[in-house]
Amino acid sequence: MQRRDFLKSAVVGTLASGTSIAAPAIWSPAKADARAETLLIVSESGPNNLDIQGVGTNVPGYEANWNCYDRLITHEMKTLSDGTQYYDRDHFKLELAEDMKIDDMSVTFKLRKDATFQDGAPVTAADVKWSLDRAVTVGGFPTFQMKAGSLEKPEQFVVVDDHTIRIDFLRKDRLTVPDLAVIVPCVINAGLVKKNAAANDPWGLEYTKQNTAGSGAYKVAKWTPDTEVVFERNETWKSGPLPKIRRIIWRMVPDAGNRRALLERGDADVSYDLPNKDFVDLRNSGKLSIISTPYSNGIQYIGMNVTKPPFDNVKVRQAVACAIPYQKIMDAVLFGLAKPMFGAAPGAPIEIAWPQPHSYNTDIAKAKQLMAEAGYPNGFETTISFDLGFAVVNEPICVLTQESLAQIGINATINKIPGANWRTELNKKVMPLYTNVFSGWLNYPEYFFYWCYDGDNSVFNTMSYQSKEMDGYIDGARKAAAIGDTAAYDQDVKDFVGLAFKDMPRVPLYQPYVNVAMQKNITGYQYWFHRRLDYRAMVKA
Amino acid sequence: MTKQILRRLATAIPTLIGVVIVTFLLTRVLPGDTASYFAGPAATPQAIDEVRKKLGLDRSLPAQFVSYVQGLATGDLGSSLSTGQPVVKDIETRLPASAELTLAGLILALAIAIPLGILAAVRQGSWIDHLCRVIATAGVSLPVFFSGLLLVYVFYYHLGWAPAPLGRLDAFSSAPDTVTGFYLIDSLIARDFDTFRAAAAQLVLPATTLALFALASIARMTRASMLAALASEFVRTAKASGLSPRTVIVTYAFRNALLPVVTTLGMVFSFLLGANVLVEKVFAWPGIGSYAVEALIKSDFAPVQGFVLAMAILYVMLNLLIDMLYGVIDPRVRLEA
Repeated sequence: MQRRDFLKSAVVGTLASGTSIAAPAIWSPAKADARAETLLIVSESGPNNLDIQGVGTNVPGYEANWNCYDRLITHEMKTLSDGTQYYDRDHFKLELAEDMKIDDMSVTFKLRKDATFQDGAPVTAADVKWSLDRAVTVGGFPTFQMKAGSLEKPEQFVVVDDHTIRIDFLRKDRLTVPDLAVIVPCVINAGLVKKNAAANDPWGLEYTKQNTAGSGAYKVAKWTPDTEVVFERNETWKSGPLPKIRRIIWRMVPDAGNRRALLERGDADVSYDLPNKDFVDLRNSGKLSIISTPYSNGIQYIGMNVTKPPFDNVKVRQAVACAIPYQKIMDAVLFGLAKPMFGAAPGAPIEIAWPQPHSYNTDIAKAKQLMAEAGYPNGFETTISFDLGFAVVNEPICVLTQESLAQIGINATINKIPGANWRTELNKKVMPLYTNVFSGWLNYPEYFFYWCYDGDNSVFNTMSYQSKEMDGYIDGARKAAAIGDTAAYDQDVKDFVGLAFKDMPRVPLYQPYVNVAMQKNITGYQYWFHRRLDYRAMVKA
Repeated sequence: MTKQILRRLATAIPTLIGVVIVTFLLTRVLPGDTASYFAGPAATPQAIDEVRKKLGLDRSLPAQFVSYVQGLATGDLGSSLSTGQPVVKDIETRLPASAELTLAGLILALAIAIPLGILAAVRQGSWIDHLCRVIATAGVSLPVFFSGLLLVYVFYYHLGWAPAPLGRLDAFSSAPDTVTGFYLIDSLIARDFDTFRAAAAQLVLPATTLALFALASIARMTRASMLAALASEFVRTAKASGLSPRTVIVTYAFRNALLPVVTTLGMVFSFLLGANVLVEKVFAWPGIGSYAVEALIKSDFAPVQGFVLAMAILYVMLNLLIDMLYGVIDPRVRLEA
């Protein structure tokens, strides 16, 4: 009996002490005040580098950079029909610059005279030049992105006086000015970084990895990798109205179910990477505001390697396009949270826009007929590959496609590739059939087509598609855009989109959505081309 | 005693050298290309080559190994690409997080499992024996991520008793100054009782999850070795001599039954420390297990090597500690050594 009592008391004791620790309210009054001025964001993963020009900076790192640094120019916002604030591709807003003058072969910026970096140093043209020189010199992604706008050499950036900088064009390119408004050409405090740079690291990449050295609206006050990032508002920000929220706490919560629980309990304010199913449930419950916006210039597709049989045969590719269970993918995988890129009315004219839907639908009979015409009446064996890093969407897409292809005799084995390996495999360009997603920061059809369909065979032309005709249209559109020849441009865009749909080296499936879930008292969400949060406009009531 | 410890440590050196070589080779054999992963979403082959060169991955294997060993000799384990920090610093902050959680779980498990095991053995076949069996079976058969999520669902989401599963502290508390890296101890040292309470509150659910899992093997082992001890002759003699049941069970039987329990304990502890990845994921706990797994997924070599090495050193120390504990518990072990 004694021992039983002992056991009872031991069990009861641990339970009691457990509850007494957990029972007190989570927020004390002091914390409640702090909470009113703080935005708590939860997401799956956090930055590995606070500088987008660093080596191997991940996508969450872009968000930190975007909010802590200014650029010369940025985009205006426009309001979509559903009320969402969406960046306006065609209208630029001055950020660090107070004046922009575009000439025939150069653009000149006058800097704000009163702008200072977060350590108090004034922002000068020399800082801007240093930052742009750095972007085109460090190599890797930043240099590549600059090149996309024909910004390639340090000689292009000329300091006219302390507050004036001129950027000379290498060639006429419609993307040069837009490329100055992406994340990469951020203006960095050159003096501060040079002071902290090691001898073997002239651009101070190690320093800016850990510290923000910008003139932006926020600064990183504390960063614990993989755990949290704390941003504090820069009270002396000059490039725009002072943001409403004083402090941003960004916590990494790996488990999606817990992110959802945190939102539903009201402990977290914002989360944006939840499975589609959760977003649909949350939207239906009506407790939170959910904003879904299609990726600009982004498409999930099924790609086929056109250099090898059987997919070198255009009829086989068209047969695949007829056999994909489009609607099932929309319903069962995405729960409707995506914009269909299929099923345009047959014979409808091609629009001067991208992304736009193609006219294929699931039609097994037609697919079988095309297979027979292609000389594969009994089908063939192949593999279908996907990136495990995005398995939540990729895996069911591949399983549904596999089932459907089996009906026309194509027996596809599923090949799961770990995230770390995916790019290596893409670069080899040997996978016969796969699903992937591409989206471009710069939202222009010819930009998308240059990377994905051109004979220059970039990494994103995953199909190794080669067509002189296609190259001609793409090149024509780029040249026409540079000199503003609208008629020629429109014709070329129609032609390359038409050819892509006829040759079908890749089958567009849908335009994915960026989904953001917020508490009802949070407003001011803006959709940006980089798809990350802009804290500057957010408001907490 | 000191001599014995030193001798034991000396035998560990070849093991550690082996670990260094094997982890280096294994991480290189793994599929996946670090450079192309970290070259970003829009990398050209040239960009990937540039990143590879910067990371020193374009050099031959022996050259990479030499610089790795040189780094090790100066206490430099390289830098993690996925967190952007030196690996030593990452391990310094994450190992205490895991250790605190594991120890809390283990202590909780011990507090329940040992009395339960003893009672189950003493009252063999009674309801308490069945209870022990049911708990043990449930403990091993419930996957930790499931019991973790269930606890979060019930105690945080529904009842609201537990704080948000946001790791070691809620978003608005700040960590105490680091002395040991254990928040419970550091906050007491700093006399910051609010932080202590916040840290303890965050610890309850994950520690319970781990305890549920660890409980099973400890309880079963306690029961089995107690049964063996209770059936032995010296216990019969003690009983016949008219000693109180308490003395017989605790002093005579339990002390003798303790050796296998301690062995199990060592195994359970080291297993929990490395394997509580799922608990760390569920509770957003910034521990060492999830760190290593994340690094592995991204083929980020340095943290994986650092993790394996740290674990190897820890295991060596743990084994030593357990062997010394044997000596304390059972004088015969000391004599034989």
